[in-house]
Amino acid sequence: MPSNNQKLYDKDKVIAGLVIFVVLATFPFWYNLGKAASAPELELTDKAKAAEKCVRDTQYMRNEHMQLLDEWRDTVVRDAKRIYVNERNMGYDMSLSNTCLDCHSNKEQFCDRCHNYTSVNPYCWDCHIDNPKEAK
Amino acid sequence: MKKGRRNFLKIAGISALGLGAKPVLDVFASSEEDAVVEAPAEPRIMRGPNAMTAPQWAMVIDTRKIESHSDVEPMIEACHKIHNVPEMPDKKHEIKWIWETEFKHAFPNLAGEYMSKRVEHLGLPVLCNHCENPPCVRVCPTKATFRNSQGIVMMDYHRCIGCRFCMAACPYGSRSFNFFDPKPHIEEENKKFPTRMRGVVEKCNFCAERLAVGRKPACVEASNGIMAFGDLHDPRSEVREIIDSNYTIRRKQNLGTRPAVYYII
Amino acid sequence: MLELAIKGSKKYYGWLAVVLAVIGAGFVTYLWQYFTGLGITGLSRDVSWGFYVAQLTFLVGVAAAAVMVVLPYYLHDYKAFGRITILAEFLAIPSVLMCLLFVLVDLGQPMRMLNVIFYPTPNSVLFWDMIVLNGYLLLNLVIGWNVLEAERHGVHYPHWVKPLIYISIPWAVSIHTVTAFLYAGLPGRGFWLTAIMAPRFLSSAFAAGPSLLILLCLLIRRISNFDPGREQIQSLAKIVTYAIILNVFFFLCEVFTVFYSQIPEHMDHFKYLFVGYHGHGALIPWMWTAMGLMVFAIIMLVIPSVRRNEATLAIACIAIFIGTWIDKGLGLISAGFIPNPLHEVTEYIPTVPEIIITLGVYGIGALVLTVLYKMAISIKEGEASA
Repeated sequence: MPSNNQKLYDKDKVIAGLVIFVVLATFPFWYNLGKAASAPELELTDKAKAAEKCVRDTQYMRNEHMQLLDEWRDTVVRDAKRIYVNERNMGYDMSLSNTCLDCHSNKEQFCDRCHNYTSVNPYCWDCHIDNPKEAK
Repeated sequence: MKKGRRNFLKIAGISALGLGAKPVLDVFASSEEDAVVEAPAEPRIMRGPNAMTAPQWAMVIDTRKIESHSDVEPMIEACHKIHNVPEMPDKKHEIKWIWETEFKHAFPNLAGEYMSKRVEHLGLPVLCNHCENPPCVRVCPTKATFRNSQGIVMMDYHRCIGCRFCMAACPYGSRSFNFFDPKPHIEEENKKFPTRMRGVVEKCNFCAERLAVGRKPACVEASNGIMAFGDLHDPRSEVREIIDSNYTIRRKQNLGTRPAVYYII
Repeated sequence: MLELAIKGSKKYYGWLAVVLAVIGAGFVTYLWQYFTGLGITGLSRDVSWGFYVAQLTFLVGVAAAAVMVVLPYYLHDYKAFGRITILAEFLAIPSVLMCLLFVLVDLGQPMRMLNVIFYPTPNSVLFWDMIVLNGYLLLNLVIGWNVLEAERHGVHYPHWVKPLIYISIPWAVSIHTVTAFLYAGLPGRGFWLTAIMAPRFLSSAFAAGPSLLILLCLLIRRISNFDPGREQIQSLAKIVTYAIILNVFFFLCEVFTVFYSQIPEHMDHFKYLFVGYHGHGALIPWMWTAMGLMVFAIIMLVIPSVRRNEATLAIACIAIFIGTWIDKGLGLISAGFIPNPLHEVTEYIPTVPEIIITLGVYGIGALVLTVLYKMAISIKEGEASA
C-alpha cells in the first residue's frame, strides 16, 4: 500500500548532515585533486647498469620482487637451500643484503622511492642491514 | 647443458668461498655468453655446491682441553660477533647463543657436594643442543621454530609471533627473547648477517649459513680443537670417532630430548 | 538487545566512565609496550612468562562459572538454575575475552598473531588453546544471546541452540584442561610437570568462577529489581565448597608427591614459593596468604549456618576469589621459572606499566560484563514487573 504522507522529519538537519558526511568522506580525494605525485624515477647504480639484467627480467622484478623475496626467505631459512638459478641458468646467493643490495646499493634512490610512493613499509630492513658495502 | 652446469657450479663454488654474491655476478658477467647459450629453463632453487649436509649435525665439546676462561671466550666472541648478537644493558634482557657456565649449572642433576676440583671450577660452553626430539619445536604454534633436514633446530624470525612458549619448553635455557630492539646494542654490525627485531625469540643456529658454504660453525673454528663438529650418523665422522672412543655425556639426557651436543668431562 | 545497555541511571554511566578511563590508561600503556617492546614489563630471559599469562590462566577458571550452572540445569534438570544461567554464560564471555586479550598483550609480535591460523600446528598446545578459547567464547555468545532474546519475547529458544548447550558442557572442561596442558607437558619445568595440573585447574576454576558469580548475584540483588534467588545462591555455595576443598586436597597431593619423593627439580619451586630458595622469596607472604584464605574459606563454608548467612558467605567467596587469584594469577606461572633450568634464580616482579595494562584488560572485561548484565537484568526486571 503506497502511502503519500511519508514525510522526512527534520529535513534540513538530515540533509545538512548528509552533505557534511559526503564532504568529509570524499575529503582526501578533492583535497589532493591535481596534486598527484608523479611516479618516481628509479636510479640504477653503475654496477646495476653494467649487469644489465637483474635476477629475473625487469618487468618481473618490478611486479613480483616481493613474491620472489618471500620465496627466497622461506627456502633459505626453512629448506636450507640458498642458491637461486634463473631461467638463464645463472646462479645467485638468495640474500637481500648480500645479493640484491650489492648491486642496488642505493637503497634510498632505488627501494625507498617506490615504497614511499606506493606507501608500503616493508619491515625487511628491521633486520636485513640495508647496505652491506659499508662493512669494514 | 653440461657445460652450463659446470660453469654454474664453478661460479657457485667461488661465491661460496666469499659468502657473498659479488663473485657470482662478476664471473657470470665475464662468461655470460656461455650461460645464455642454454635454452631458457624454469628457475630453480638448490643448495650451494660446497654446502655441507648431514642428516644430523652434532658437536662434541672436550672440556678436558679447557684450561681457563680464555679458552672459552673466543668461541663466544666469534659467534656473537658474526651473528650480530647484541649486548643488552640489563642482564634480565640478555641475549646469548653460546655462553660459559659452571658444571653445576650445565649439569644440575650431576653436580654434587664433592667432586673433582677441576670439574667444580670448570667453565664450560653451553649452547642450543639441537635436540633430535626438541620440546621447543613441539610447542611452537606457528612452526617458526622447526627442525630442518640437517637436524638443526632453526628459528624463522619472519614467522615468530613472540609467544615465548619455546622458552618455557626448552630445558636448557638456550633461548633468548628480544625484549627491546636489539640494533642499538650491537657494537659492531656484521653487515653480511641479519640482525633480529624486537619481539622475537632467538638462539644458536649451528651456523647454518656457514654450513651452506662449506664452513664449520664459528665457535668450532675458534675453539682451538676443544670442539669437534660433524655428522652424527656417519661412523667415520670426526664426532663419531670421538664419541665411539670416549665416554660422553649430554645435558639432561633423562628428559628424552636427545641433545646433539656431547660433552667429555 | 544492545539498546537496553544504553538506557541507564547516572550511576550506571558513572561506572561506565570509570571503566572506560581504566581501559584508556591500559590502552595508552599498551601502545607504549607495543612500540618499545616487552622490556617495559618485569619479564626476563629466565622468567619469560609472567603476569599476563598468569591472568589468562586464572580467568580461564572464572569462565567455568558457566558450566557449573548450565550442567545442573540442563543435564540434571535442576530448574532453579534456569533463573541465573544467563548470568553465568554472560560471565564466561568477558572472562574468555580477557583470556584472549591477555594472550594478545603478551605477544612480542602481535601483528603476526594470525600466523597461528596460517600455519596451523596441531602438535602445539597453544594452537588448541586458541581453538577452545575462541570456541567457548562463541558458544556462550550464541547460546546466551539466543536464550535471552527468546526469553524477552516470551518464546522458546530455537531448537538448534540445544545441541550447542550440550556441546558447551564438555567444551568448558576442555578450556581448563588444554590451558593446564600448556604447562603440564614441558619436560624441563618440574613445577608444572604433573598430571594433577589439569584437575587442579578444574577444581580452582569451579571454586573461583561460582564464587564470583555468587558475589555478582548478591550485587545484582542490591542494585537492581531482579533477585537471582536465595536457593540459587545457596546451591552455588555448595558447589564452591566442594570445589575449594578439592582444590586444596589436590594441592596437598602434589605437595606430598613432591616432598616425599625429594626430587630437587620438583621441590625447589615449592621451596621458592613458601619458604624461599637460596635467599629468594618474593612470593612467600603472598602464597601463605593464599593458603590461609583458602583454608579459612573452607572452614567457613563447611559450617552450614555460616554458609547460609549471605553476609558471611560473601566473605568466604571473596577469600576464595583472592586466594585462587594469588595461587594461579601470581604464583603458578612465575614459580615454574624459578629456579630456571640451570638452577639459577632470577626473580620476577611485575612493573607498573605491566599492571596498568593488566588493569586495562580487566577494564575491558568489566565493560563487557556490565553491558551484558545490563541487558540481561533489564529483561529479567521487565518479566518481574509484567
